[in-house]
Parts: sequence; structure tokens; C-alpha cells
Amino acid sequence: MHPLISEIERSQVKESVPLFKSGDTVKVYAKVVEGGKERIQMFEGVVIARNGSQSRSSFTVRKISHQVGVERTFLIHSPRIDRIEVVRRGLVRRAKLYYLRDLVGKKARIKEDRSVRPTA
Amino acid sequence: MVNTILGKKLGMTQVFNEDGSVTPVSVIEAGPCIVTQLKSVETDGYIAVQVGFGDRRPKHVTKPQLGHFRGGLKSPKHPDVKPCRTLQEVRTDDISDLSIGQSITVDNVLEVGDQVKVTGTSKGKGFAGVVKRYHFHGGDETHGIMVHRKPQSSGATDAARTFKGTKKPGHMGSKTVTVRGLTVWRIDTEKNLLFIRGAVPGANDGLLTITRI
Repeated sequence: MHPLISEIERSQVKESVPLFKSGDTVKVYAKVVEGGKERIQMFEGVVIARNGSQSRSSFTVRKISHQVGVERTFLIHSPRIDRIEVVRRGLVRRAKLYYLRDLVGKKARIKEDRSVRPTA
Repeated sequence: MVNTILGKKLGMTQVFNEDGSVTPVSVIEAGPCIVTQLKSVETDGYIAVQVGFGDRRPKHVTKPQLGHFRGGLKSPKHPDVKPCRTLQEVRTDDISDLSIGQSITVDNVLEVGDQVKVTGTSKGKGFAGVVKRYHFHGGDETHGIMVHRKPQSSGATDAARTFKGTKKPGHMGSKTVTVRGLTVWRIDTEKNLLFIRGAVPGANDGLLTITRI
């Protein structure tokens, strides 16, 4: 990548984003425009994938809503995202948890990671 | 003034807009271009501007070329003009506000929101078959079919010859390609950067001609 493009991407990166990875449960506070008014909507679920680097990085959150699986992909550095909170650290052995899509109920649980991980 | 600027493709990225939406952009190092020659009706029969782009060390420039840049070697008319890597002629109606050695920057030529056409040399694909080159469908991979990516028939047998222009395997890419109707998304005058929405022809570091339409 050209250094100037790297610089453009660095300039769009948010100053502080909490450290989280696949398997973690997060609350994402996203700004939504409804009827001309802007409000903040919360989306809570398990991070099943993180993609990209620098300002292009994104992550996918999955939750079960009314017995239906719902996934949303967010751009980490988007100005549309107000903040991200980590609720629970998950202990998983894979970077992409797409296998959760085929699992329901007790099998779709993720073990909690109780070891101390840095929060920044 | 001219409506064209030369540039180097740096690559692609994406930028966030004020409303939070994301736009894919090509980043181009556009200009500054140096005016190296003015063509007028009296001397050349038409009006045009020759502009140069990119640096070239004087020791790598032949003496006739150096003389062209400086307007003579023994008593140069423009001793300060630096040799350029690329020279290109730009047609225009009015050259009264231009002089040799003048620098044309990206904000002289383009504004945010302008529609442009971008010309470059496409990526070379080498000797390519018809599936890649002309998007032929190809044969089935299975069910006993033994012909997968071949061009098959090249015409009727009555004609006893193959018509000109029949699509065949051959060299693909490395051609001059123009994309029209792209939008100037952002301009960075400090770093001479031009952001154009969408993709532009060619590989990174390739030379591009950007013309306002």
C-alpha cells in the first residue's frame, strides 16, 4: 500500500476503540436516522468476525431476536457508531465463528474467558 | 486554461463522508504539471499546450530533450524548467493565460463534484483464452464433456474461411482504456491528491490523464 494511502486511512481511524475479538459479547451503540431525527440504537450480540485493517476494518455481530438469527456488520471507525462496549469476553479457538449460524440453544453458547485481558 | 491534468495512480481506499456513509475512492497524485511548449496557429496551425509530469534527473535526459525543456542549450530561454518524465499535449482554445515553465496544479483544473474522464493503460493479462478475454461461457466441467475452455467453432464451413474480427485467444490488457463520467470526490491541494469515486484504469503507479467533461 502506498504510504500516502496509509496516511489517509490512519487519519480516519478513531482514537480509542475497545479491544475485542471474535467470541466477545458487545453492545454497539449505532446512530440511526428515523423520521428526520437522529437517535442512538443499541445492538447487543456475539462478535463472530472481524475483517479488514485500519479505517476499513469492520466486525459482524450476531444475536437471536424472536427466535430468528440477526447479524449486523459495522465499520469500526464509522462516525455512525457512537461507542462500543464489551459485555463479556468469550473463549473461542477460531477467528471466524460462522459455525454458530448452524447451532441453536445450548450448543450455541460460548465459554467465558476469565483470564485477565487488557482493556483499552 | 486547460481542462486536463496528468497524474499517477496511488491505489484505492474508502473514505467516510460527513453523513457517515462510505465511498470507495481512487487516490491519484495529480500534478503539478509544467507547461513545456505552447502551440499556436501561427507556428503549428492549431492551438495546444504541451505539459509535463513527473521528475527526471537531468543526467538521464538526452541533450536534444534538455534543449526542448530549456528552450536551447547554449543560451536557454527557460533555464529553470526541470525535465519531466512524461510529456503530453492538451488541446485547448485559449493559451493566453499560460506561459512556459508555469505550474498547473490540480485545483487549477478540477473542482469537487466535477465529472471527469480518466485515461490509463489497463493491466496486462498476457496471452489469454476466450473465456477470460471475451467472457465465453466455456463448456461443462463434468457430464462427460471433454472441451472446457476452448473457443469451439470459429464460423460457418460454407465460407471456407474465418471472418475478420472473430473472437480468438490472444493478447489481453495493456491497452489504453478510458472511463467516462467519474466524479471528483475530494481534492487535497497540499499533497496534490485527487480522490475520484470508483475505480480508474491500470495498475498502481500507472500514468493517468484526467479530463473534465
